[in-house]
Amino acid sequence: MPLLEIRNLKVEFATAKGPFKALDGVDYTVEAGEVLAIVGESGSGKSVAMLAVMGLLPDTATITADKMEFEGRDLRTLSAKERRKVIGKDISMIFQEPIASLNPCFTVGHQLEETLKAHTTLGRRERKARVIELMKAVGLPKPEERVSAFPHQMSGGQCQRVMIAMAIACAPKLLIADEPTTALDVTIQKQILDLLVKLQQDSGMGLIMITHDMGVVAETADRVIVQYKGNKMEEADVLSLFENPQHAYTRALLSALPENATGDRLPTVSDFVGAGGF
Amino acid sequence: MSDTILKVRDLYRTYDIKGGLFKKPGKFTAVKGVSFDVERGSTLAIVGESGCGKSTLARMLTMIDAQTSGSIEIDGLPIDIAKTGISKDMRQKVQIVFQNPYGSLNPRQKIGHVLEEPLLLNTSMPAAERRDLALEMLTKVGLQPEHYGRYPHMFSGGQRQRIAIARAIMMKPKLLVLDEPVSALDLSVQAQILNLLKDLQDEMGLTYIFISHDLSVVRYLADKVMVMYFGEVVEYGTRDEVFGDPKHEYTRTLFAATPNADVDSIKARLAKKVA
Repeated sequence: MPLLEIRNLKVEFATAKGPFKALDGVDYTVEAGEVLAIVGESGSGKSVAMLAVMGLLPDTATITADKMEFEGRDLRTLSAKERRKVIGKDISMIFQEPIASLNPCFTVGHQLEETLKAHTTLGRRERKARVIELMKAVGLPKPEERVSAFPHQMSGGQCQRVMIAMAIACAPKLLIADEPTTALDVTIQKQILDLLVKLQQDSGMGLIMITHDMGVVAETADRVIVQYKGNKMEEADVLSLFENPQHAYTRALLSALPENATGDRLPTVSDFVGAGGF
Repeated sequence: MSDTILKVRDLYRTYDIKGGLFKKPGKFTAVKGVSFDVERGSTLAIVGESGCGKSTLARMLTMIDAQTSGSIEIDGLPIDIAKTGISKDMRQKVQIVFQNPYGSLNPRQKIGHVLEEPLLLNTSMPAAERRDLALEMLTKVGLQPEHYGRYPHMFSGGQRQRIAIARAIMMKPKLLVLDEPVSALDLSVQAQILNLLKDLQDEMGLTYIFISHDLSVVRYLADKVMVMYFGEVVEYGTRDEVFGDPKHEYTRTLFAATPNADVDSIKARLAKKVA
């Protein structure tokens, strides 16, 4: 049984100009211990799909799916209360802007503890110990001192480490990372990606990486889904995707990478639209 | 023969840090003794992570900020705005394109007005001529003349960046400073903007100072590369020198950290994972 299985997921937003289809019938499957990358440009629906799983979409969104199961449990029929027991514990998510995702009014230690308070039966003292342990696990220096730091006293990379610590606090079975390194410097990006992959390998959890960066895909993924305007263009394991991309859009994305430039000009997606016709 | 358009010598910029109730006021030097030359029509890329002083340098080159000491000479014109102020002459030499195309355009200003404003402020060109030039620029950067009367919110990120580029070249500058112009854009849009920048450079003989943290973009576009680290230049040379044989430790760290999208490195990673 796959960890997460979604069939024919559709998301529509009600807008002033009528319904807008953000996602038009996409399937996702994630096995335990697997790293799935969802790649696409803005508007491809890559974040919307995972927000739908998390139940974080606004009321204007209509979500339909033929199947939406996490460990065999139907996510569609869960009540809000039951869903909250799963979300944040078995499935957790980290976002793009680490500094904006943390509450500026509370110390990072307090915010880490909140997750444990909500999902575990640990006592006060045990929670404190677990927070220090978590901060060590994500490689934050001097956790005993850092516990009482506020988000603004930390760098972007450190805040992202706190977010990761929060996400893995209850040993989730599935971690969803939505552009976790887009706002960070390359050297920090490398550290965060290495950390995520290491945590994933140590714990055997499933990891979904949402990204627009083909480099990040190449460095982390086992399997890749390429999306464009709410549709799945291609799904393949990482090596065959880069070695032998099947879909014209994937080829377009890969050749738009500046390091793959052959002539004086970079090919753009529009160069491929005519040929591929997607 | 080398035709130098920009000459920077021993440039420093120090900021005063305000003291608080329990904190003594201090000084922070963002740029520490930077020197370089840029040849006309070429592209110099400045690479470094956040806080390394690359944007401070850009602010000084575009006369937004004054240098603390050192000299800048653009097209034979010495620049020291703390002493001499800025003349219209100076403004026509350099223009800048910023990173965030959503923040750098006034939401209440029509595109036509955005483009004409630099001319209105710095030249005595009549309105009809300004309008013609704005329309010409729109087509030059790949937009349509009918976009003239529209507002920024009606455009996508890539289109907005085209507008920002059009605004920057309205004054026919010699030097264009591009501060992370493509890092907020999608990959395929990034490719379009990079192509546009190359075309404009060939057509107008522009000189670019291209600030970026993305090494693959730098490798594609730059003639010379300068790597900054904590306000100092740690590496400066032609693109092939810097990429082929990086001298400084930090440059090597930077190269090692850049994600590699080629098939061999994926194979190596997967092999390591199995083992």
